[in-house]
Amino acid sequence: MNMHTNGARQASDGIARPFVAQGAAVPPSSVALALRDFNFYYGKFHAIKGVSMEIFQNRVTAFIGPSGCGKSTLLRSLNRMYDLYPDQRAEGQLLFHGDNLLDKGVDLLDLRARIGMVFQKPTPFPMSIYDNVAFGVRMHERLSRAEMDERVEWALTKAALWGEVKSILGRNGASLSGGQQQRLCIARGIAVKPEVLLLDEPTSALDPISTARIEELVTELKSDFTIAIVTHNMQQAARVSDYTAYMYLGELVEYGVTSQIFLKPAKKETEDYITGRFG
Amino acid sequence: MNVRSRRRIVNGLALAASLAAMAFGLAWLVSILWNVISLGIAGMSVSLFTLETPPPGGTGGLGNAIVGSVIMVGLATLIGTPVGILAGVFLAEYGRRSWLGAVTRFVNDMLLSAPSIVIGLFVYAIMVARFGGFSGWAGVLALTLLMLPVVVRTTENMLLLVPNSLREAAIALGAPRYRVIAGVTLRAARAGVITGVLLALARISGETAPLLFTSLSNQFWSIDLAEPMANLPVTIFKFAMSPFEDWQRLAWAGVFLITMGVLVLNIVARTLFKDELKR
Repeated sequence: MNMHTNGARQASDGIARPFVAQGAAVPPSSVALALRDFNFYYGKFHAIKGVSMEIFQNRVTAFIGPSGCGKSTLLRSLNRMYDLYPDQRAEGQLLFHGDNLLDKGVDLLDLRARIGMVFQKPTPFPMSIYDNVAFGVRMHERLSRAEMDERVEWALTKAALWGEVKSILGRNGASLSGGQQQRLCIARGIAVKPEVLLLDEPTSALDPISTARIEELVTELKSDFTIAIVTHNMQQAARVSDYTAYMYLGELVEYGVTSQIFLKPAKKETEDYITGRFG
Repeated sequence: MNVRSRRRIVNGLALAASLAAMAFGLAWLVSILWNVISLGIAGMSVSLFTLETPPPGGTGGLGNAIVGSVIMVGLATLIGTPVGILAGVFLAEYGRRSWLGAVTRFVNDMLLSAPSIVIGLFVYAIMVARFGGFSGWAGVLALTLLMLPVVVRTTENMLLLVPNSLREAAIALGAPRYRVIAGVTLRAARAGVITGVLLALARISGETAPLLFTSLSNQFWSIDLAEPMANLPVTIFKFAMSPFEDWQRLAWAGVFLITMGVLVLNIVARTLFKDELKR
């Protein structure tokens, strides 16, 4: 890898790899997902322009940038949510264990079991807390009652919700508070045991205390999962992520180790955005 | 006059006008209910339910008409509900933007506003006139055709109210489309769909015109759907128009029964899912 000390992040092969300075706090890790010349279109609108980057295993990668920069679009492409909408399409390569996920023949149900997603607004299903967590598991595995009980408890424990709900598992998911609902959605996502967890502004609808809990959770979850998170809150990106990607107008402007991006960004645009001098 | 006092006056006038409009509407409703109850309750007796419709001057009840109505309305609901819900699911979940969906929606709206006498004549032309005359089955068909568009419309509308984020959340867990619909969206819309079915049921239980041309009536007990079948609305029509006082009394008793039935259905529909509808 070509690493200039002046902070150029672009290697000779044109793929943005997070620049790792000497003594950086993030230990190296293998690639979980790789984008190669990735383009995305909403009808005729070119929303993401030729992004190439790698997302690392068991690390938290944050996507930041102003509204409309394409960060959510990019995240939603990683598990092909755009397939629901006929006028949206992606081009390029999205490599996951050597397969291009953009290929036609990809089994989407299996893909989404391996790359899970949690959305901006908590979306508890209209069923009990237990069934909310079991819903996704039932799509992919046939578990006995006891095994399912164990899985539900495991997922709720991982999502730091078990203590609050263990005596009310039969109650409707919607009866929980907003922060609890979001942790329920995280539990639901990890119950399927995905490899990658995509978080699309998971705390923007929550109060500061719930936000803090989810942030702690993200840090804990990275030992089991690869996490990609989109956030509007730059302090959040700085607190939870190992790597940060700054996007603007559909382009990946800068991608690097979070502390570097926030303390010594290589590009003027990144610095302007981070320091609030943007626009 | 300053702006604020003028606003106060305008507000007072608007409030008074809307109160008057409400009183006007309510007064009629209360007077209808009062008339139905005071004239109908006199005819309540055990023989009303056990005896068949009498000849003028004879003793009798509405037993055969009540049973005929229950059978025909019940069968129409049994057929119309699943077909209507499936069609509504197609419109809301699969055919939102397809031409087939657009055509179906248009035809359904036309059926929805078609006068019930048109439906009655239609069934008369395709069934009664061709295959051996008036029958309970023809009545069932006419009532089903009346109920169907209401169920289709309410199912579609209720499903469209389910936020897309809920669909996406279920799909992101790797759930196939049909499980998303059956397990999440239809379940979320359940209260509204069932309310729609109950209201459609209430509507067809008082329809006269479609039955006049199809099941006609029957003076005697009959549960043979291949034969003309007695029913409350046509019996009420016949008896109320007659010069015989005992027939008129029975007609009021029948009106009372239908009104109470509709009232109970409405109350059930609204209390059964009170909490869910509020959310």
